[in-house]
Amino acid sequence: MRDLSEMKMFGRNTLMAALIWLASMAAWAAPSPDALVRTVMNEVLEIVRTDEAIQSGDASRAAGLVDEKVLPHFDFRVMTSLAVGRDWRQATPAQRDRLVEAFRTLLVRTYSNALTQYRDQQIDFKPLRAKPADTDVTVRTEVRQPGAKAIEIDYALEKQGDNWKVYDVVVAGVSLVTNYRSSFSNEIRSGGIEGLIKALEAKNAGLTGNAK
Amino acid sequence: MNSGEGMTISKTLRRSLFAVMGALVLGGCASTSNDPRDPWEGYNRAMYSFNEGVDKTVFKPLATGYDEVAPLPVKVTIGNFFGNIEDVWTGLNNLLQGKGGDGMSDLGRVLINSTLGIFGVFDVATEMGIEKHDEDLGQTLAVWGVGDGPYFVVPFFGPRTLRDAAALPADLYGNSWAQPADIAARNSATGLKLVHTRATLLGADRAASQGSLDKYVYIRDFYLQQRRYEVYDGQPPRERFDDARAPAAEQYAIHAIEADGVAVGAMRLELAGLTGSRP
Repeated sequence: MRDLSEMKMFGRNTLMAALIWLASMAAWAAPSPDALVRTVMNEVLEIVRTDEAIQSGDASRAAGLVDEKVLPHFDFRVMTSLAVGRDWRQATPAQRDRLVEAFRTLLVRTYSNALTQYRDQQIDFKPLRAKPADTDVTVRTEVRQPGAKAIEIDYALEKQGDNWKVYDVVVAGVSLVTNYRSSFSNEIRSGGIEGLIKALEAKNAGLTGNAK
Repeated sequence: MNSGEGMTISKTLRRSLFAVMGALVLGGCASTSNDPRDPWEGYNRAMYSFNEGVDKTVFKPLATGYDEVAPLPVKVTIGNFFGNIEDVWTGLNNLLQGKGGDGMSDLGRVLINSTLGIFGVFDVATEMGIEKHDEDLGQTLAVWGVGDGPYFVVPFFGPRTLRDAAALPADLYGNSWAQPADIAARNSATGLKLVHTRATLLGADRAASQGSLDKYVYIRDFYLQQRRYEVYDGQPPRERFDDARAPAAEQYAIHAIEADGVAVGAMRLELAGLTGSRP
């Protein structure tokens, strides 16, 4: 009898241990948001450090690197809906797709250039202040550079299923996404959703250039 | 300075005065603005174009040349040197805002960098872990409860809020209190500072040109967001954005927060307006 109950206990404990182990494996499989940002950034910067073409200003090469390593962790649909604001609701599904595509092209083209400016600045990752159950967190980093004040760069991430996706980047207090709100709503006011799409596509095609 | 240069400068000045007057007249008529933070958009756009023109013909070419010629260590040294002078003003403003610890640490930075750092050439204090802050009279006034006032593009100096424009003369003086007595040397120092500052904004300027549908609006919003961040010492209350997924309303959530009487504001770099941008 005693042996049997011990067996049972043993069995139950093993089961518990297995469950805990499985749970921790699941947690490990979906990396924490700060670990994700850190891994991606270290990987990208390691490439930039050894890539002379990017260092000497090859913008398309920088864009290619961003495309491959960084963009999979961004949710441009959420970004676009945030930049468009409440007018997003009146856009048709087809218009939404075109908006997302055009905004994505604009952002990538504009900001992947920043990689060509990277010169061994030091990046500090600040401790993540979030509860395990949070689904919307901000990962804070600080770029230190000699001769100037450090620049804070924050990444806003949202949990989608098992993955974390970046939906905003905030540089020294300026949200790169919401900074587009006024100009987007101006375009929509004068030309509707279609007008905004045309303006973005024209900008991307280089037709408007420095017109404004 | 030879007479030829004198001529050009006085001509530029005269032309700028005309542009200012023209802009004021324009601003009087135009009421195109639909942003509550920018009621003087007509005037502001005109002044912004003027500043862009000055930048394109004078400051940007100089800054580009400087950026290409000066090696990184030289730029770092120049940045450290002027930064050390500015730390005094930063420290005083922190004290005026009641942040005694920060203020004393800023003044400690000056003491350390002026001695161990050889007249500010090396930023030893940062290496020691004493953080550099960013304060000015505009931020102090904000802490004291002065509201932002409308967005206001200052001739030559660029984006400000009305409050920060009013604080500008004192800020300019406070950031350049240590000047050589010799006039030629003083002019060179001021010129170098302007060009250096402008050079640090080249990347931002590129992003603002490439990445914006309307550069004026892009820079204005950038400035106002960043100023808000500075006034709150990097910890502004989080803005609630209405978006597609939230119920309608509060399109101007930002403005509601600003209307609290706390501040938004101006880019700290004097030249930012001429360039029209920030990283």
